[in-house]
Amino acid sequence: MSAFLHGPALWYATRATGLVTMLLLTAAVLLGVLTTGRFAGTSNWPRFLTVGLHRNLSLLVLVFLALHVGTTVVDQFVSIPLAAAFIPFASSYKAVWLSLGAVALDLLIALVATSLIRNRLGLRTWRWVHWAAYICWPVALAHGLGAGTDRGTLWVFVLTIACAAVVTGVATWRFVGAARAGAR
Amino acid sequence: MTYRLRVNPIACTAHGMCAELLPELIELDPWGYPILASPTVPASVMDHARRAVDACPTMALLLEDATGPPLLS
Amino acid sequence: MTSITLSAYRAPELRLPRLLAGVSYYHPTALAEHEELYGPLPLPASHDNTGRRWPESLIDLVERSGLTGRGGAGFPTGKKMRSVAAREGKTVVVANGAEGEPASCKDRLLLTRAPHLILDGITLAAYAVGADEAHLVVHAQEADLMASLDDAIADREALGVDPVPIQLTGIPARYVSSEQSSIVQYLSGGPAKPTFSPPRPHERGVKGRPTLVNNVETLAHLALIARYGDDWFRGVGTPSDPGSALVTVGGAVARPGVYEIEMGTPIGQVVMMAGGPSERLQALLVGGYFGAWLPAEFAWPVPMAHADLRAVGGAMGAGMVIALPVTACALAETARVVSYLAEETAVQCGPCMFGLPALADTLIELAYQGGWGRAIKAIATLVPLIEKRGACRHPDGATQLVRSALTAFAADARWHDRHGPCHGVGRAPLLPIPSDEEREWDWT
Repeated sequence: MSAFLHGPALWYATRATGLVTMLLLTAAVLLGVLTTGRFAGTSNWPRFLTVGLHRNLSLLVLVFLALHVGTTVVDQFVSIPLAAAFIPFASSYKAVWLSLGAVALDLLIALVATSLIRNRLGLRTWRWVHWAAYICWPVALAHGLGAGTDRGTLWVFVLTIACAAVVTGVATWRFVGAARAGAR
Repeated sequence: MTYRLRVNPIACTAHGMCAELLPELIELDPWGYPILASPTVPASVMDHARRAVDACPTMALLLEDATGPPLLS
Repeated sequence: MTSITLSAYRAPELRLPRLLAGVSYYHPTALAEHEELYGPLPLPASHDNTGRRWPESLIDLVERSGLTGRGGAGFPTGKKMRSVAAREGKTVVVANGAEGEPASCKDRLLLTRAPHLILDGITLAAYAVGADEAHLVVHAQEADLMASLDDAIADREALGVDPVPIQLTGIPARYVSSEQSSIVQYLSGGPAKPTFSPPRPHERGVKGRPTLVNNVETLAHLALIARYGDDWFRGVGTPSDPGSALVTVGGAVARPGVYEIEMGTPIGQVVMMAGGPSERLQALLVGGYFGAWLPAEFAWPVPMAHADLRAVGGAMGAGMVIALPVTACALAETARVVSYLAEETAVQCGPCMFGLPALADTLIELAYQGGWGRAIKAIATLVPLIEKRGACRHPDGATQLVRSALTAFAADARWHDRHGPCHGVGRAPLLPIPSDEEREWDWT
């Protein structure tokens, strides 16, 4: 048991779940941008698919994020308290980088919670909170680059940059398109 | 209890998901905005109606009690 | 009978005028003149704004009088007051003097010449519904009007006439801004654009409080009903539409202007009051830009009352009668008005902001270029896509006008569709539309 808790297995699990979370979160953000950007709307790719996937992937992000946090906390190789997942600077190990993760997690909880009770909150409040997605996602990516022990690995680095590039590109398309179409 | 659908025309920004999910009752006009075929929702498509209401990004599609206040007076 | 003192000794003996009895050409009726003419404001001496929330007697009086809204909708005023008074908590009274209809001048006349009738009405309404906040709303462009109203309000403040202070507010001079939900939103700090209902203003209005919104003419009538009673009010008009009303008569008449008529007066008689036609008429636009075109001979005997006008496909609206001579082209006039209405959308609802311009373009084409045989069909396709699909009645007004034009002028429309414009399109425009300077081009 001790070998498990101190060995590399949990560490691999943390890195793997972290990576998958980043990919899923990137996909979720991408689909969110595509929703407001009115992507597709054809019989091959109906619009409800975009928004539906956006929602489902966001929930899946929570699952993998829970695993990511769980494996990190249980791992005895480095002692990181559970509080550090939610509260910045609650851990001494890589304090700044872990704090970014905590911030991203808190924002994600806010995003999902407000979305689940959207009907009761009203559109304006929900929308105002949802803009935080544009903070949550880059903070999460920064957390990956800073706290992640794989940043030296080329393919992980390239993957992260690719995620950043795709979302930046699509977001630019969406906002420039909206600006050109005028306020609506 | 019978339900009816109503569109909040101010909130609606013509995403069109409602028409994709509930083609039995919702059609799109030439500008992409929903036209409701019949205000009351038959029980057979009730699930689809709920999904359509849920999918609207701007919460413009509303499902309400059909015996509510009259429409647009 | 009621518990409010009636100034019976001042009740006018003539049937008419009532609202326009003391109107002077030169200046607004001052407070002293107003009180000499009509008697003092009949608020009970022991008026307690915080104690009595249900002055049943005044609302009963208004209900018995049968007064209906003079802003266009014709909703029973007593019923409206009752629904606001029945709500919990403090309420708000709003007087709508923002006369959006370019063809209507009656509210303007009252505001400039008989402001104290309106201000009395506001105070009485505030008392009746237990309001602690009262607003008078006019278009912000009208600086002179606002100045003269400020003076009138100040005169009353000096004498402590109104228990609830009346706040004068200017709203943007947009057509949709004079709609009641726009005013409520503006007074609550938002843009002067219509809102989605429910909730209606009487449920949740200014800053979320139950709000009574009345046209200024309605409140002026209230001021007199409170003084002379419901029987007096019913002394003119018809049983179903009692009282008097102000109508704006325009177009090809000898003396265009605002006239006070008994409700139920035949349209032809109203035209004669305005000096009769100045040219041979083909039609009359009754009810303003939300009203209907009626062929002249057909319209002549129709009484100006809600039910009678509805029965012929028209509407009382805010009491406008515009006479269209045979030398004019109704389709051209309609096309111009619909273009104006298309520019005046709040840009909130798709079917209106896209549909009205499309409708306007098709009408302009039909009137000025000819339809190549397809214009009528195109219009018939567009109209059902536009009406009743907006948050407010703006698109409905335009479609109502178009429907009635294509009914009343079906033969002309067919002719235009096949042959192109008629000679009438060259005539100087008849239906008034505000000039560019008079219009507000942004929403602040």
